[in-house]
Amino acid sequence: MNAGLLALEGLKIVEFGGYAAGPHVGKMLANFGATVVHVESMSRPDGFRMQYPPYKDDNPGINSGGCFTYFNDSKYGVTIDVKNPEGRKLARQLSDWCDIVIENMRPGVIDRLGLGFEELRMSNPGLIMLSTCNMGQTGPRADTPGFGSQLSALAGFCGLTGAKDGPPMLLYGPYIDYVASTLGAAAVLAALERRHRTGKGAYLDVSQYECGLLFIAGPLLEYHTSGKIAERVENDDPDAAPHGAYACLGEGWIALSCWSEDEFFRLCGAIDRADLGRDPELATLAGRKNAAARINEALSAWARGREAHAAAQRLQAAGVHAHAVNSVADLFSDPQLVARRQWSRRRHPVIGDQAYCSPAFVLSETPGDVTAAGPILGADNERVFQDFLGLSQDDYNAARAKGAMD
Amino acid sequence: MLQGCVVLDCTGRMGWLAGRLLADLGAEVTKFEAPGGDVSSADWQALNVNKKLVRLDLDPAAAGGRRALDKFAANADILIATPQADAVDADLYDFARLSTVNKRLIVVAITPFGLFGPKASWKATDIEIMAAGGAMALAGEPDGAPLRVSASQSYAWAGSQAAVGALMALAARWRTGRGQQVDVSAQAAVITALSHAPTFVDILGTTPMRAGTYMTGRSVTGAKYRVFWPCRDGFINFILYGGAAGRRTNEQLVAWMRERGFDLGPLGDIDWARFDPTRATQTEVDAMESPVGRFIGSLTKREFLEGAHKREMLGYPVSNTADIATDPQLEARGFWQDLPGPDGRTQRHCGCFVIVDGERPPLALPSQQTEGIRRQASET
Repeated sequence: MNAGLLALEGLKIVEFGGYAAGPHVGKMLANFGATVVHVESMSRPDGFRMQYPPYKDDNPGINSGGCFTYFNDSKYGVTIDVKNPEGRKLARQLSDWCDIVIENMRPGVIDRLGLGFEELRMSNPGLIMLSTCNMGQTGPRADTPGFGSQLSALAGFCGLTGAKDGPPMLLYGPYIDYVASTLGAAAVLAALERRHRTGKGAYLDVSQYECGLLFIAGPLLEYHTSGKIAERVENDDPDAAPHGAYACLGEGWIALSCWSEDEFFRLCGAIDRADLGRDPELATLAGRKNAAARINEALSAWARGREAHAAAQRLQAAGVHAHAVNSVADLFSDPQLVARRQWSRRRHPVIGDQAYCSPAFVLSETPGDVTAAGPILGADNERVFQDFLGLSQDDYNAARAKGAMD
Repeated sequence: MLQGCVVLDCTGRMGWLAGRLLADLGAEVTKFEAPGGDVSSADWQALNVNKKLVRLDLDPAAAGGRRALDKFAANADILIATPQADAVDADLYDFARLSTVNKRLIVVAITPFGLFGPKASWKATDIEIMAAGGAMALAGEPDGAPLRVSASQSYAWAGSQAAVGALMALAARWRTGRGQQVDVSAQAAVITALSHAPTFVDILGTTPMRAGTYMTGRSVTGAKYRVFWPCRDGFINFILYGGAAGRRTNEQLVAWMRERGFDLGPLGDIDWARFDPTRATQTEVDAMESPVGRFIGSLTKREFLEGAHKREMLGYPVSNTADIATDPQLEARGFWQDLPGPDGRTQRHCGCFVIVDGERPPLALPSQQTEGIRRQASET
């Protein structure tokens, strides 16, 4: 727990939606002190709860899924049946209470639930609302359903991964969703800055597809300007040689790159191949590209007898760009990530201790924190509806009896 | 939305996107480059559009440059830098030092591993950061080399996290009245891209690995499902899903194939409401996928995109930059913005990533940027 000052303390956020694209925005803001309420319903819980492993002891259950909790730490969890009139009333009260609504349903759905921006701003004029979906709220394909893993193909990422003469490659999970959630968080914070200055709310229409394109803005401008189509080139880079990944002892790999003649000379010394460093044919980038097979053979021979992390350390000591290819498991023991406390373990009532990912940046005065494990379904109904919204015990019981929290 | 917010962008390649995002959100961003520094690459042009360019020599030998930067800093809200791990940059972008110039200044440092920790001085470019952040271990064939995306991604992850960090500090400033340091680790930023992969290690003790071109782990029999299908002009990303979404998609696919007169093989007899991809054997999967492959092989990427949309099917073509550049959806939403380039010819840029209150914030014309430079220069 962070006892110090928090950047977003007092900021109130409500999320309608599920999976990654909406809730990850809320998580980023919750880690800096915002009060975030994640809304689900008993009949339609967040899709990450039941459709995505891993589960505690491999045993699928509504509250045993680590994928859901991972994107919903530091939040309050409530259930509202928005198709029930009493539930809609609760949803509306929650929307009037908050500063920011985040939703990631298909375009038009939130309006049909009576929770659209124009409706909500009538009683909450300073409201900031973020709508994030596959294609954005408008355009001929606005209504396209879709998964982020496939959208990553449409936005160019899969086509840019792999060997030139081979097939495109998968990126793990819904890659593009996290691009959009990161950019979505920036948009929400910018709207908040404007509200601080002007009192004005905002409606933010984020297309996950368009967000992804900012991550390949250079190759897109290149195409528009010269007609040159960017291609997948395995691990090559036009400005560096060598530039690639080499198998090490066991399952390990090392990634390394050389960006100058001097660096190549240092690399050759570090791998006990000073002869290559002295070879005039390899003194230029073009020369090293031409001799790629010879250089790769030397590097492969050196790497295959060494543990990847130790090999990287040796190259770094020689002033060469290098790092072991961290497996996902390595991320928990990488000394740099450990030193920066990248993982925060929090106890969940069903899962037990789970490691949550801390922010990618450290604020010197108002640092972020993972304040709680992800909530079990409906965990905070009483707290949110009574303490935050001010419902009396009787009103709360009556709403529940009428199915508002089903 | 950030109108009036003054940002100084002293970044190298790793940080360009941060300033671009803040500029697109309305901030007045000045990009500093060394005299004679190359600004002609597509990456530079694409990620520094919407900023004002100022040439400034920040080399310690040119003391005037540093004084000029400090003058800019005195009136700025945010300074973004990608400091090298050396004494010169450590001093130039030192938060304590800059705070004496302007206590409200937010100083964002984007580095491969962050400003502290045992690897803080390690050298890394995109490939090493993608390796360190775990992304390469998850891309490529299972028995082949780990891969990076051929267009640098770690810089974009770091830059976008830096924009969030800068704005988080801006929000905090309303409470504290002071700026602060934002220490961005590109390695940590890349972990965002891994989705929930770390949870498998943590909860089950299993380590997710790269899956190549097939979806694995969906069948109790160990069968793998094809993800990328060759079509007439490239590849399609399509998966035989189960569940409600898969049912609609699979029914529509069969109807589409039937309309086109394709042999359905075993697909014609499957009740998609009962189809359970977790129980199919590899032989059954191969038998189902064979006619699908023949059908998809007859289509172009655009035909699949339009047909799948019309039929509300899941699946997308594997686009290249040419496909994206001509996508009607982006045109209809006014995503592209044409601006005059340095050689006078029109440049087509990605527009702002968000539509605010029904309008996409426009990128500033270069002439407006020059006016901004004159105004700032006269102010200092």
